[in-house]
Amino acid sequence: MSQPFRLPAGGALDRSRELRFSFDGRDYRGHPGDTLASALLANGVRLLGRSFKYHRPRGLFSAGPEEPNALVELRSGARREPNTRATVAELYDGLAAASQHAWPSLRWDVGALNGLAAPFIPAGFYYKTFMGPTRRAWMVYEHFIRKAAGLGRAAREPDPDRYEKRHGFCDLLVVGSGPAGLAAALAAGRAGARVVLAEQDFRLGGQLLSNGERVGGKSGPDWVAAVEAELASLPNVEILTRTSAFGLYDGRVAGLVERVADHKPEPEHGEPRQRLHLLRCGEIVLAAGAIERPLVFANNDLPGVMLASAARTYARRYAARAGTRAVLFASHDAAYAELPALLEADIQVAAVIDPRPNGSASVRELARDLGIEVRSGQAVARAHGGRALVGVEAAPFEAGTGAGGRWTGPADFISCDLLCVAGGWTPTLHLHSHSQGKTVWDPRLLTFRPGENPQGHRSVGACNGSFTLSTCLAEGFAAGAAAAAACGFEASAPALPATVPEPGAEAEAEPLALFACPKPASRGGKAFVDIQDDVAVSDIGLAEREGYRSVEHLKRYTTLGMGTDQGKTANVNGLAVMAELRGLTVPEVGHTTFRPPYTPVTLGALGGREVGRAFRPVRRTPLHDWHLRNGAVMVEAGLWLRPRYYPKPGEGLFEAQNREAKHVRRAVGLSDVSTLGKIDVQGPDAAAFLDRVYCNTFSSLPVGKARYGLMLREDGIVLDDGTTTRLSETRFFMTTTTAEAAAVMAHLEFLLQAVWPELRVNVASVTDQWAGIAVAGPRSRRLLEKAVEGCPVDDAALPFMGVAEGRIAGVPVRIFRISFSGERAYEVNVAADHGPLVWEALMEAGKELEVIPYGLEALAVLRIEKGHVAGPEIDGRTTPEDLGLGRMVSKKKADFVGRRLLGREGFDDPARPRLVGLVPTDGRTKIAAGSILVGQRDLHPPIEKLGHVTSVTWSENLGKPIALAFLSGGRERLGQKLYAAYPLRNRIVEVEVTPSCFIDPEGERLRG
Amino acid sequence: MLRIPCPFCGPRDHSEFSYLGDATVTRPEAEAPLDEWFGYVYLRDNPRGRHREHWHHAQGCRQWLVVERDTLTHEILGALPAREGSPAAGPAAGKDAAE
Repeated sequence: MSQPFRLPAGGALDRSRELRFSFDGRDYRGHPGDTLASALLANGVRLLGRSFKYHRPRGLFSAGPEEPNALVELRSGARREPNTRATVAELYDGLAAASQHAWPSLRWDVGALNGLAAPFIPAGFYYKTFMGPTRRAWMVYEHFIRKAAGLGRAAREPDPDRYEKRHGFCDLLVVGSGPAGLAAALAAGRAGARVVLAEQDFRLGGQLLSNGERVGGKSGPDWVAAVEAELASLPNVEILTRTSAFGLYDGRVAGLVERVADHKPEPEHGEPRQRLHLLRCGEIVLAAGAIERPLVFANNDLPGVMLASAARTYARRYAARAGTRAVLFASHDAAYAELPALLEADIQVAAVIDPRPNGSASVRELARDLGIEVRSGQAVARAHGGRALVGVEAAPFEAGTGAGGRWTGPADFISCDLLCVAGGWTPTLHLHSHSQGKTVWDPRLLTFRPGENPQGHRSVGACNGSFTLSTCLAEGFAAGAAAAAACGFEASAPALPATVPEPGAEAEAEPLALFACPKPASRGGKAFVDIQDDVAVSDIGLAEREGYRSVEHLKRYTTLGMGTDQGKTANVNGLAVMAELRGLTVPEVGHTTFRPPYTPVTLGALGGREVGRAFRPVRRTPLHDWHLRNGAVMVEAGLWLRPRYYPKPGEGLFEAQNREAKHVRRAVGLSDVSTLGKIDVQGPDAAAFLDRVYCNTFSSLPVGKARYGLMLREDGIVLDDGTTTRLSETRFFMTTTTAEAAAVMAHLEFLLQAVWPELRVNVASVTDQWAGIAVAGPRSRRLLEKAVEGCPVDDAALPFMGVAEGRIAGVPVRIFRISFSGERAYEVNVAADHGPLVWEALMEAGKELEVIPYGLEALAVLRIEKGHVAGPEIDGRTTPEDLGLGRMVSKKKADFVGRRLLGREGFDDPARPRLVGLVPTDGRTKIAAGSILVGQRDLHPPIEKLGHVTSVTWSENLGKPIALAFLSGGRERLGQKLYAAYPLRNRIVEVEVTPSCFIDPEGERLRG
Repeated sequence: MLRIPCPFCGPRDHSEFSYLGDATVTRPEAEAPLDEWFGYVYLRDNPRGRHREHWHHAQGCRQWLVVERDTLTHEILGALPAREGSPAAGPAAGKDAAE
């Protein structure tokens, strides 16, 4: 009872084992060696899906990766994968597949009503109808349209599988393992070159697995097995099956995706599901084969209409009958070679319909010997059937000059359940084109062939437009040997084995340039060019009439070739139809650009292991563990993890931040500032260099003193700020902000190497070598006095902006008297490894002084209270004057970065927004960061924008919200009442303009 | 997926480098006319074919390089240390060599 369409013998199947699988909940059986497609076919399942737009019933169309129709969902739960081509899904025991895009079921699909309305839903219908009148209409209808048109559903859970990346090298990459690819790998492999042979299928051999040809006295599959055995025995050859070369990139890099475990229920322990290979190749031989081109006629999408080569592949490789009674519709000689395979599979062939008035005598003879009627000078006018093909109308036909022709007589009905279409072959040019290879139109083959390849990649075999076995082998041998020679190996092409082609395979007569049959005499039946995207011949006509005539416009207007199959079976026919309409030839119309990937690649494979916490590196300060042990809530700051606040029981962020900020102004606190960028600047010209780097002067800085510096870009905008200390005549210790540390380092290196290489200065990043601890608050000196040995820290010995070197807990430390909070404060630097020891010693020494640790939030509160600028203010748009730091800019220095453009007119505009402070006039309403400043409460346009709010906080020390802002006119508006508007949340706050420094403007607390 | 022949480290993948831009512009003298400065800071040619560009071997030897690249084919034709490749360095470097 099972597998009614399975042949009793033959095929590359392991019949000793049965695999169980399900489709739409029904159980079936197959064998190892089957794809989901071949197993479904063997079980007589022919309806596999509903089409994208019209919900028309669809079945298998091909037997390979070009499949437009048979898209299914595989697996379930977190591993559910939509839009998988059944033709490349390998069968495994327990596989569960489902049709997609049909409701309530595949057989009874409500959406099929779209099919009845098809005449009213041409290309562009949705946009024209629903987007036309108002934007609002589209927003309402889009949801329903997206639901009606579409494909499968992605999994909603995180992907449980692992993916890997491999960076590899080889002398020669051979893409494809048909006769040409095998020959190339063999020639280069024997010469000793490191060869990678990539095959997308799980079996080597390509067309040799099913086309009945003989090589070297062996059957195709036997010859393939012998070559595979030899290649496997060569240590310099790597064979990658289940591996698609999906793209070629600059520098001879190939992207390949290896489906390591897709043929198993789930990956084994430790095994990746897929592996991305980035392969750097010396030479590349493309043996990617060709894809059969269908013929276009009314209802050509019915289940039962199939590429002729696919029916042959199912019969011979998978021992599955694609039907019981077939018609072959072929416009060229070689298609007749598919007939023996159909007969072997016990498929009755009702007729060959050949639109050529006289095909070659030899193939007509072949058909006659097989007892098959040939209807020369006829074409298929229409296919008939509901959910499956029941017959075709064939009618006398006269070819025209372009893509089509005209009917010359009444149609005749032939009953059949399989219609094999054979319009010729399209070489797979994708990888050739990825590497900027040109394409040329071959009028004999009626298709594009590879032209010159600027990177020197060699196309051989069918992808080069060579379709006879002996030529494929000869080209493969020659290219493999030449590639090996180019890599420095002594190589020669092996002797060509004797080949016996399938009768009819070597064409004699010219093929007919038929791409799309004309409309049948009576109405009815859409003729599809792109089956996956439901693009019909009539849609191309509409595109032409509406002016979307260039191929790129045609593609985007009709979606021709835009599906998951990228129009592999559709594009050439579409171009030919457009060429006919425009009265041009196909090469004059041209084709759209081929872009990677050739076949779909999962995002998982591209992401590899760089997901979740491994997405990017995490930087931790030397004090990280202490923060965690002491309850810090951490926050990401760039790559860094920093303590945000240290909550006490019952405290949230707001309470903790207020407590910490208030405590620092009252007593003393420690904060981890290890993340600041630190750069060691050394050399005889170090002072001169810093004079050119900063807008203020450093050459006048005495040894042992620190100075706040402001760095500009050449365009006069502030780049970064920080404190730099002179340690000796020739040595400075620079600090940068956490965020800009890397950029400043690269900037300094650029200046020293590319702009002023004559300066004798070296710079080295020492950010990671030092732990930094800020000790801030009125009791900070007392704390240090208790902790520091070896140097006095009183105000005489260590004044504001002074530096001292001593020891804490026996460890050498450098102490800078600098402040970000506006309180008396010090920054203790210590070798990174000793950081925790010194921090703990400071905490211990500060116990009776009530020392606390404080986090990033309190740090921000303190700096806003003090009016110190930070990232929100140094935002890549502000000048020193804008920041209220104009007085820092040296008037004396002859040159520094940014000096010249700082002097341009626009920067002197009195209307430029300048830094000010803001408080709400009611003393309590929060101001939102990002608010715009306006002069009126009424927000109806037009409205003049006066500035914007950059930093906001609640100041527990002042008991009110405060903000920093840039305001046109700046300090001239002190005392004015304005409005801070946040239209997104419909909030508006009346504010008063204040100086930007809210606490201790005279700096008495700072200097002590 | 270009490869840049770093004069210090050998051929390396471009992902180790960061790109700055045109290496044919020279920083003007401090008192040069503003127009010259605007040209240096803002104006760039976008040549088709051979071009000299600054690349930083940020994940390697930290050296700035002048890389010659064909903007049409993406072919990398060579790389020099910026010290030697920079026109600004010309006279000074020559003097050092002579000493």
